[in-house]
Amino acid sequence: MSSITPHEIKQEFIKSRMGIVGITILSILVITSVIAIISIPIETFQEWNNPGNWISNPKVAIPVWVNMFMVEKIPEHKILENPNIEKTSVDGINLTSHHFGLNFNYDDFPNDFIYEFSSEYSGSPLLQMSVIRPDGIKLDLIITSLPYSDGKTVHSERIFSTDDSIKKNLFLQSEKFKFVFERQSAEDIVFSKIDTNKPLKGNYIFTIDMYGVNSDTEIHETKLIIGGKAFGIMGTDELRRDLAIGLLWGTPLALFIGLVVSIASVVTGLLYGVYAGYKGKKTDETMMRFNDVIYALPALPFLIILSVTISNSIFVMVGFLMIFGWVGIAKVSRSMSLQIKTRGYIDAAIMMGQKDSKIVLKHIIPQLLPYAFASIAISVPAAITTEAGLSFLGLGDPLFPTWGQILHDANTFGAAARGMWWWIMPPGIMIAITGLSFVFIGNALDAIINPKLKR
Amino acid sequence: MKKYIATRITTMLGVLMITLLITIALVGSNMDVILKQGIIFQVRSEITENPAIAQSFSSVDEFDEFIQNQIDQRIQVLGLDEPWYSPQRIGVTMYKIMLLDFGNATFLTSDKGSSDVKDILFEKLPRTVLLFTTATIITSIIGIFLGAFSSNKIGSKIDRITSSFAIISSSFPVWWIGMLMIFLFSFTWQIFPARATPDIPSSDPVYLVSLLYHMALPLITIVIIGFGSWAYLVRNFMVGIMQEDFITAKKTIGVKQKKIIYTHALKNAAPPIVTILALSLSGSLGGAIITEAVFDWPGMGRLYFEAITVMDLPVIIGATYLLTVFFLISIFIADLLYGYFDPRVRTGQ
Repeated sequence: MSSITPHEIKQEFIKSRMGIVGITILSILVITSVIAIISIPIETFQEWNNPGNWISNPKVAIPVWVNMFMVEKIPEHKILENPNIEKTSVDGINLTSHHFGLNFNYDDFPNDFIYEFSSEYSGSPLLQMSVIRPDGIKLDLIITSLPYSDGKTVHSERIFSTDDSIKKNLFLQSEKFKFVFERQSAEDIVFSKIDTNKPLKGNYIFTIDMYGVNSDTEIHETKLIIGGKAFGIMGTDELRRDLAIGLLWGTPLALFIGLVVSIASVVTGLLYGVYAGYKGKKTDETMMRFNDVIYALPALPFLIILSVTISNSIFVMVGFLMIFGWVGIAKVSRSMSLQIKTRGYIDAAIMMGQKDSKIVLKHIIPQLLPYAFASIAISVPAAITTEAGLSFLGLGDPLFPTWGQILHDANTFGAAARGMWWWIMPPGIMIAITGLSFVFIGNALDAIINPKLKR
Repeated sequence: MKKYIATRITTMLGVLMITLLITIALVGSNMDVILKQGIIFQVRSEITENPAIAQSFSSVDEFDEFIQNQIDQRIQVLGLDEPWYSPQRIGVTMYKIMLLDFGNATFLTSDKGSSDVKDILFEKLPRTVLLFTTATIITSIIGIFLGAFSSNKIGSKIDRITSSFAIISSSFPVWWIGMLMIFLFSFTWQIFPARATPDIPSSDPVYLVSLLYHMALPLITIVIIGFGSWAYLVRNFMVGIMQEDFITAKKTIGVKQKKIIYTHALKNAAPPIVTILALSLSGSLGGAIITEAVFDWPGMGRLYFEAITVMDLPVIIGATYLLTVFFLISIFIADLLYGYFDPRVRTGQ
């Protein structure tokens, strides 16, 4: 409690290894947040819980970089968007062909394949899909006619590999293979070697032919998705969401929650405690009794009731967390101000007739500032973990999914039982790292303010 | 001392009442809506079961009026015509709760099938005590010895490892470590069961063994996460005391370092340690809502969470009341102990 000048604190802080590590981690997190806010628009992020937004991603895909450590390569998710387009016209029939080349070099079958298109036509054009394999065998997959229309119409459709007619067509061509078809799905046959049911590596060419009688048949959008089992830096979850986006956006949210809650509670607690301590007597007694009441409320049960009955919006939640955050700080700063009050210069200020508010703000609070900064840093992790805990129980804000909510989903979909470590580990590690950076900073400050602990 | 205890008890009761009021205020309006819906459902099903009532009316309007009358009557009998915030109703509710009469649960039942909230609560409580109180005791014992040991050798490797472990472990959420432990020890290496509830009936002689086996993983998790901060706390108390004059005096006399630490210093560090022990022991009775949810441990915490998810209000109110009572008692005991050990607190200096 001896007076330390800010300059001295700075000097000491730079010398503390822990403090430097904390500051470094924190600045990395801040940079990550800035990147997240700039590169991923918040509108996209708010679609987190809308399954339609994630339809072209694979289900429960492992992160891509895992392949670097694997002998047997896991098929990566591929979205092919730029086919070679050929247009021919024979006897009044127009043929538009889209060729998708795919270099398949993995040791496992893909999950599925989906052809997604939208075309503009009149009449009823014929769509044919086939694949030429690395060994030169051509497999017909599907022949279908698009719905008839008198005038010009735009039609969009997705053809899934699970389509019954694809399966039927493949079974009709089973004599090309030397093994017996049992329950293999379409992709297990298309990507299979001839003699055994193992994946065949090499270049595949998927061809989509559109036959139309009129010349105005056109394919606008065309996309072939080879559903892999590996995707992105962080993989995907059961609902096909790209976990990298969730983790990235979680950073600014966690920092926001942690900092706002801790700064607001420390400021409230500091003012409350100092005022109570300075005033003393009846005021002190009443204020401290009120403090006792809040202190005695069981925090987590109340937070749960509040978020269920009032609102689970993230901003309201921040307010709730503040209600329980300021109490301890108020107690400590009260006892500190009791000590400071007895010093001569406070007496002098009172004699000079200075206003109470001025004495509190000018003479007492500045003395407590180092302590306040340390408590801000130390109380950030608690705020973050409490919010994560509430989200983990499924009480989070659906518009702003946090790391806790990712873990909640992981728990609901049994990620642990299914060995999906990439769904469980990263969010928790992020929570811990964020907490740690503040704990480091706080402890470094604490050691400077209370030199007793250093020895 | 008497005055001190008296003020404490009054504050405690006041806090308890305020907590109850807040809980009732938060869930009261929802409770009314649910009760009223229940009445409407009851009246309608009674009428559909008995077609003779419907036939005795000539017009639809008359029939509707009859139904409405029936509903209004029952609402009045139950006192629901007054809003939940009317002093009379709040008074009755509070009085009932004070006598531990929480009424019947709306959805949840105890394992034996009773829907009396009191039965449910007192069935879950022992299980929570079994897991969390055991964990707290183990944690504190390891923590106190490790803390005393590392305060003996400040700056040594063990001290540094303990301190950094304490700091690191305190920033991981316990429930996340729990998920990780389940992932590692239940699914990757199948050593412990993933769900913490034994699947054999409690009358079976092997039940206790099975229960202990199921308890192992959550227990280990809580201890691993907890003992670091205990050790750090004890270490810091000890470091403070080791700088006191009387210790220096002992050192100059030539008393052995070990003896100083384990007898003189530890004795003087006892007040805060005992206080914290009292706090965490009684705090452990409430269990940890999230940890129990992760491990599926059938205690108070999970009950609370289940009650919240289905909005079973009598259970919510009952559990909150019980949790608050435990919490207050623990604070009270901690206060008394502190006052006993440190007379300065009592006189309010």
